[in-house]
Amino acid sequence: MRYAMAIDTKKCVGCSDCVVACQTENNVPIGYCRDWIVEVTDGTYPQLEIEIRSERCNHCENSPCVRCCPTGASHYEAGGIVTVTHNECIGCGACIQSCPYDARYSHPDGYVDKCTFCLHRVKKGQQPACVEVCPTKCMYFGDLDDPNSDISQVLKKRKSKTLIPEAGTKPHVYYLI
Amino acid sequence: MAKTRRDFIRISSLSTAGVLAGAKYLQSAMPQFLQANQTSGGDVDLQRTPTYCEVCFWQCAGWVYKNEDGSIKKIVGNDDDPNCNGRFCPRGTGGVGMYYDEDRLKTPLMRVTGADGKQSYKEVSWDEAFDFIAEKLVKIKEEHGPECTALFTHGSGGHYWGTLLKAFGSGNIAAPSYAQCRGPREVAFIATFGSGLNSPEPTDIRDTRCLVLIGSHLGENMHNGQVQELSDAIDKGATIITVDPRFSTVASKSKHWLPIKPATDIALLLSWIREIVNNEWYDREYIEKYAYGFDQLKAYVQPFTPEWAYGITTISPGQIRETAREMANASPSVIIHPGRHVTWYGDDTQRLRAVAILNALLGSWGRRGGFFVPDKMSLPDYPHPPFPAPTRTWRDAMGGKYNLADLALASGVCDATIPSPELDCNIKGWIVNGTNLIMTLPDQKKTIDAINNLDLLVVVDTMPMEITGYADIVLPECTYLERWDDFRLAQGREPSIALRAPAAEPKYNSKPAYWMAKELSKRLGLEDYFAWNSFEEMLDWQLKQVGSSLDEMKRIGVKNLPRAYDDLYFQPGEDIEFNTNTGKIELYSTALAEEGFDPMPVYTPHAEPPEGYYHLNYGRAPMHTFSRTANNPNLTDLMDENTVWVNPKVARQWYLKNGQEVYLENQDGIVTDFAVKVRITERIRFDSVYIVHGFGHSNKKLSRAHGKGASDSQLITRVLLDPIMGGTGMRGNFVTFRLEKESEVQS
Repeated sequence: MRYAMAIDTKKCVGCSDCVVACQTENNVPIGYCRDWIVEVTDGTYPQLEIEIRSERCNHCENSPCVRCCPTGASHYEAGGIVTVTHNECIGCGACIQSCPYDARYSHPDGYVDKCTFCLHRVKKGQQPACVEVCPTKCMYFGDLDDPNSDISQVLKKRKSKTLIPEAGTKPHVYYLI
Repeated sequence: MAKTRRDFIRISSLSTAGVLAGAKYLQSAMPQFLQANQTSGGDVDLQRTPTYCEVCFWQCAGWVYKNEDGSIKKIVGNDDDPNCNGRFCPRGTGGVGMYYDEDRLKTPLMRVTGADGKQSYKEVSWDEAFDFIAEKLVKIKEEHGPECTALFTHGSGGHYWGTLLKAFGSGNIAAPSYAQCRGPREVAFIATFGSGLNSPEPTDIRDTRCLVLIGSHLGENMHNGQVQELSDAIDKGATIITVDPRFSTVASKSKHWLPIKPATDIALLLSWIREIVNNEWYDREYIEKYAYGFDQLKAYVQPFTPEWAYGITTISPGQIRETAREMANASPSVIIHPGRHVTWYGDDTQRLRAVAILNALLGSWGRRGGFFVPDKMSLPDYPHPPFPAPTRTWRDAMGGKYNLADLALASGVCDATIPSPELDCNIKGWIVNGTNLIMTLPDQKKTIDAINNLDLLVVVDTMPMEITGYADIVLPECTYLERWDDFRLAQGREPSIALRAPAAEPKYNSKPAYWMAKELSKRLGLEDYFAWNSFEEMLDWQLKQVGSSLDEMKRIGVKNLPRAYDDLYFQPGEDIEFNTNTGKIELYSTALAEEGFDPMPVYTPHAEPPEGYYHLNYGRAPMHTFSRTANNPNLTDLMDENTVWVNPKVARQWYLKNGQEVYLENQDGIVTDFAVKVRITERIRFDSVYIVHGFGHSNKKLSRAHGKGASDSQLITRVLLDPIMGGTGMRGNFVTFRLEKESEVQS
């Protein structure tokens, strides 16, 4: 069981629905976010290209944040999902420094917070809130170990990339390009 | 044989049961270790209430979920809703912010003049507010006649105010969504196909092979169902052609981006028409059977070669030919999208006529992958006495102009309010429901002029928008999450009904519009028009007429019904009578000719920006609706100000830096109230700038929106009127940069 997400940059319109759906689903306070939109424009008028990405914690297989956590609050859940146990977190912020993707933030209540792939939903057989809400259906979530899962299928069919692969973190969020 | 509706309901409730079984199956198919770990308090345990969204006009149906303490947690799309297919857009998801916004209007307010002569608002009771309004309305009726009142409306609450006004004896019921938005395309499509597009547009995007967008920035305008289908079309490899001076999001998804010179679209369209006619790429059988005026059209378009269009549009002849070929290859599964906000240059009906003609030539109207034939549910009104016929309307003040407008013009009502020697009926009382006229109508000075001539201005809103500052009485409406409302009866591939039930008690001293209208009706002796005892009783009565019930709708939220008649697409060789003078699709419009307008679209050059000025283009951002969401805490968190997009060449000329704050000044010397940050980007032509509409709010009561960004509405002082239907073209304004404001220099 290896949970992963694939996001189709060809379909994403950068509407930020994933951001607000995550905020309301996970009670993320206004002013903070667990996922966000990145838009990269290339070229000069009129030869232009835009890549739009919904970004979040990459739930890396080799996570620097888990390794550096002094209390063990940052840990792997079954399926490789990286989460933070809030009441074990002392808010030292070492994990925030270690993450090459800047995916973590200090919650005003004193702990570090980040995307959980909506573990509480996944446990009930539901999709993460961002995946479920996306109007362009540009996100795929599922088990890489299941060759028949949507995500395995789409990654087989389409060209994809991960972010900052040189960091050696083995990210579990893929971008279809 | 078609099933009766009563039969259908039974099947529909069965299918709901099927969905539940599906969810159970999903659960048992889950890996063992996860099942063991399940926590309680998931969605299934949360209470949910059906609603349909009021953040924009798409009105997607969904469920409101609450926390255990009863507070509203989140809103999620209803899987059975054809407008959203279970997926809300960011504005719908962020709709919770509308409910929680602490800047909401909280109690009725009345304008009072103090001893020092200063005017201010006093908090009053609902009774005081209603007594005041009723007294003023009766006075207007006695002195001028009941027809001297008008309603401006946007959104669902407007229906009850409309009932009240019609019962009172006025026919002046206008929505800015017509003359300031989609009116020209309705008139153009009615002139061509005998029927308009309405909302949601019956574009068959999911099955199209070629989608042509002209100034329509789908994806930045989150017309939910259409954006979803756009994504389907991308998946299926449809060709997308985007015509826009700006490299919009959808331009980046397109095979062809045509960065057209602003205001020259008709030239491109005429050239495309010529290519398709002369190369015989049109749908011959379809045109021969259904169309009128092909020969006139063919003769007319001969001068419009791609080379001719090149000089006007800056789009190369090769690109024009290639894109025409792409459309023809996909015919009839091609959509030349009519767009939505189409009031640009005053020749908008003619531009949309060219769009309609192109669709007709390619045979896409009534065809799979083109435009489907929509169906819509109708429910009978709760019994009420007939409305009195108004003796005069705003049309009488128009001097015989705009006869082809099929709905009232908000700008026309505004004109009919300003006294002039020629008019014997000047409108004296306005009710403004859910529309911020200051930012919605162009030419703010004129709007304020009209308001200054009123004896009564009642504003009904949830938020202290700019228009509330001009009101005699402000009535705080509760948000859509706190009220019952009329059913949503959207048109679509199948007719559907959606219910809005309150998920929470109204906050503060806010009330639903239906309650306000009913209370006011009692003071005007019009209570027979609101004869129901409770709103729920009225809704239940309506549903019973079609074999459903409120109990059922509370359970399912959305009900899809079978099509009552007609197929989704024209059948091969089917005989069809179009609702035009000739009964055919009119390539040559006899209706326009009768009214003295060009029967076929004519390209007219428009003014160009003076040296140092740029076309002011404006549009939408996916997380905001007009100016109404600019203070929503959840949505401002995503975007809290607009920026002015500037081409790097222009930025160099003005020594502008990215993020620098500038004021914009238009051709009439109007300078924006607030500064706006510069966004230097290759994504825009050097002759234009672009800002997202709806920012630059001046009302300090909007604590998050006040002073954030620039207001395009302020800069739209030059209005290009569409002589055919009175649309207010707003894209004829030019702006330049001001690095600082005089007032600031002085202080």
